This record gives sequence, C-alpha cells and structure tokens, in this order.
Amino acid sequence: MLRAGCRAALARRHLSSAPEGLKQTPLDALHRARGGRMVPFAGWSLPVQYGRGHLESHLHTRRHCSLFDVSHMLQTRVYGRDRVRFLESLVVGDIAELRPGQGTLTLLTNERGDIVDDLIVTNTAEDHLYVVSNAGCADKDRAVMEGRAAELRAAGGDVHLEVSGQRAAGVQGPSMAQVLQAGLPDDLTKLTFMTSTATTVFGVPGCRVTRCGYTGEDGVEISVPAGRAVELAERLLGCPEVWPAGLAARDSLRLEAGLCLYGNDIDESTTPVEAGLLWTLGKRRRTAMDFPGAAIIMEQVKEKPKRKRVGLTSVGPPLRPPAAILGPEGTPVGTVTSGCPSPSLGKNIAMGYVQAAHSRPGTTLTVEVRKKQHPALVTKMPFVPTHYYMAK
Amino acid sequence: MAWLVLRRLGPVLAPRCPRLSLRPQVPAVRRLGTGSLLLSARKFTDKHEWISVENGIGTVGISNFAQEALGDVVYCSLPEIGTKLNKDDEFGALESVKAASELYSPLTGEVTDINAALADNPGLVNKSCYQDGWLIKMTVEKPAELDELMSEDAYEKYIKSIED
Repeated sequence: MLRAGCRAALARRHLSSAPEGLKQTPLDALHRARGGRMVPFAGWSLPVQYGRGHLESHLHTRRHCSLFDVSHMLQTRVYGRDRVRFLESLVVGDIAELRPGQGTLTLLTNERGDIVDDLIVTNTAEDHLYVVSNAGCADKDRAVMEGRAAELRAAGGDVHLEVSGQRAAGVQGPSMAQVLQAGLPDDLTKLTFMTSTATTVFGVPGCRVTRCGYTGEDGVEISVPAGRAVELAERLLGCPEVWPAGLAARDSLRLEAGLCLYGNDIDESTTPVEAGLLWTLGKRRRTAMDFPGAAIIMEQVKEKPKRKRVGLTSVGPPLRPPAAILGPEGTPVGTVTSGCPSPSLGKNIAMGYVQAAHSRPGTTLTVEVRKKQHPALVTKMPFVPTHYYMAK
Repeated sequence: MAWLVLRRLGPVLAPRCPRLSLRPQVPAVRRLGTGSLLLSARKFTDKHEWISVENGIGTVGISNFAQEALGDVVYCSLPEIGTKLNKDDEFGALESVKAASELYSPLTGEVTDINAALADNPGLVNKSCYQDGWLIKMTVEKPAELDELMSEDAYEKYIKSIED
C-alpha cells in the first residue's frame, strides 16, 4: 500500500545521501547500489525508481515480477484473549469470522464514520492478529490502538500490542509463484489470495508470507526479520525475473488496479460508503452497528451517499489531483484524487469523488487541466484486470 | 514502450510543480559529443530550459539534467503556433507517468513552430533532448534577454551548485 505524498516527495527531494531525520530500511544500501533514486516518503527514505525507469518497471511487474521494499509499513501483533473484540471495536470488518491464516482488508473508522486508515488484518494460525498499517498513519494508528487496548485492560480485558521489528518486502507479478516456490517449504498453490503463513523463505526463518499486494497482480508480502532482509532481497533479486521496483511503479500499478491510496483517495474526510468500500463492512457488524461511526455509515448505506469515488479515463493531458471535475453544465461536480497516464492502457486513468448523480460508468464529464477542459469518461475499476490467486 | 499515441492539446497556463524542484539523486550533466559551435550557441535558464538562436529564431528544449529528473516523458503539452510569450511565461508542460512539469519561456517572443514529432513520440525528449526532442521555436523580440541566460559552462556550475 503506497501512501500519500509520493508526488510531493518527488518535488521536495533532497540530494544528500541520508536526509536528516529519515528512517532507513534495512535495504537502503541495496537500493542505492542498484541505482535506486531515494526520496523521503512518510518519514522514510525509499527508492522512487531505479535506472531502468518508471515505465519499464511498471510493465515488468505486469509481465514478470518486481520486488518492493515495504519496510515502512507498520506491523503490529495483537495478543490476548480479547484480541478480536479489541480490533472489532476499531474497524468495520468481521474479524471473528476470519479462519486461521486468513486475512482481510479492513478500515479503521472514527465516530464520524470517516476512514482513519486502511489495514490488512490477518488472523494468524498462531496466537495473535497481525495488523499492517500505512506508514503515514503509523503514529495515529498506534495511538488509537494503544488507547483502546488500555481502556479494554482497565475494564478487565486481556489484550496487548507488540510493534513488530520485522521489515517487509512485496514480491508482485505473474512469475512470483514460480520464483518464490523455489525457496518455500510450503505449497504456494494452497496459499490463496489473502491467506498467510508463518514460514521459512530461502533459508530465512521467522518470515510471514501473505498472498496480497498493491499492484493487482498475483503476489505476496513477506514479513522478514530485519537482520536478514538483505539476504532475502538479494536472493530474490538474484532471479532474473525479479527487478527491484520503487514507489513510482507502485503508485501507477495500484491505480490501474483501482486500489485506494490513503491520503489521496481515502482519508478522514471520506466514509467507506462514499469510497465504494461497502464490501469491507462485515455482515454481522452492519446488523450489530458496533463499529466506530456505524450510525453515520449505515445511514449513508440506506440513503445513498451524496458523492462517490469513481474511476475516470481520458486522452490528452494526464488528469492529476486536485483537478476539478465538471458536469455537463460546466459546474464543478467533484475533484480528482489520484491520476496518471496508465502505462498498460496508453490512456489516462484517474480516481476522484463526484456527486452521486454523475457517478454512473459511461457518464462523460470534463476535467480541467491547466485551465483547459478535457472530456473524461466515468469508468468502472479496476482499469486493468486483476490477477489475484483465488481459491479454485 | 507500450505508450500509445497521445494527442497534443492546446496551450497550458496554470502553475503546478515547477521543474526546478525536480532534482535527480545522480549527477545528470553530460557533455555532448556534438561540436562546440552548437554548444556555444546554447543558453540555459535556471529552470532548465535551453535555447539556441539561429537567424533570429530560437529553438527551445529542456536540459539533460531536467529530462533525467523528469523520467520517461509520456505526454507533451505545447502551445499553439502564434502564442505570444514573455520571458518566464509558462508555455506548456511535460508529463511523465509520475508528475507534470511546467515549461517556462527563456525569452520574449512568439511561437513560430512546435515539434510535431512529440505528439506521437514524446520520449524523444528523453532520447534526444538537445536535438530531435526540441519543443518549440520562437522569435527573439528582446535579444538582450539572451545575455541574462547561462552559458553551458555556467549552467554546469549551476547544476553542481544545486546538487551540493
């Protein structure tokens, strides 16, 4: 999950080798040695792209496989008898229904029904829930989680949190399975989309492999002990199929897959209903209305939201945030929240929020780019078909 | 490149994300293998455009430093022929997948030609920023403005100074 501020990071880029105050991932030297152009991102120094460039890297991921350093993401383990009750008090998803080893995307919401963060929560086969948060939301997520855990404990509950020192790498693309299987004792055909296992990867014990990602391709995210992250990354990059990829490719890949970037497409001014993420609301949770902001969110479900997140496609100049979206009469009906030329499609793709009346796929709207208006078509997402490894 | 044909549309005006702020990690300046006559004619702005004047007409492009910082150019917004520009006016934008980068006129003058090849092949800006990847041609209404621009040597020093 690439996070907000990528474009801003590019503009604000520092040139010194280790800009002050930025956290470095264990793969920092590896990125630099391989020609990674490092930029600040959510308090971390991360590669935005490598020598072969953004376009090639993007297309390589769609056709082969790329390695992404996602060490910046916050990994939290939630222990204790009341861990499910604890997490369900913060998120909209049905965590209790997750089978051992199963994970889900869920949303951390506030009392106003707005999205505080999007998380991947896995019910591990061991004794804890494994939560992955966005780096840009790490501090507030920790505060929210620790606050609630303290409340629960004060009321006699049994829950405690452990921020993991593990780092993470994404391996994404159609050849991921072939590449990774060679280093895995487990049968990857049994590890379907959004399932997870604790295992050894290329001789590195203590890893957790979760079949998920942020590109729309088949892929995994591997949580690895920090001290052995370089060894694992070098091993993976030793395979000619695997290229290192940076934040730039990550952003264009996720946009083609129709996935939200927290801070751009969802934030504390958007609700799950407006964002079109209704599917994240657990059935039981909807009935019980026991998640933060449930009253507001369920009211929106019933009444339909005033605005909706949509996909847009166009030709001509790329649509970039915060371009204004105009309706047939030239009146503003919304704003672009993410956008780029799609390397896979050869046309521009974007996401934005528009008034519900203009949100139907097939509607032609206009987007203002540098004071000129250009037609844009409301388009169903994902823009590029996804290839998740679903259970047969 | 899987990039399909993108149409060039109209002049562009609004300021966004000035290219000055795009600084590559790796020093990007390379000397060209071309003759010194060509180089001596080329002058640079601090926003990384270049202009070379021949018979009263200036040819404008972006520097190698700028094209490397920008990455793969996938769309060029260029002005219409006849557009009158003041020095430092925005006259278009170059777009990579990642970002838009505005173009600023090095001189005062009128646009007499645009590089039509960029509509089908915007990557020329990367492949040949000083030759086939030129952007516009323009008249030179105030020749004295040329003296305010940097020579190749001065520009190289300037690049080094912003990299340090």
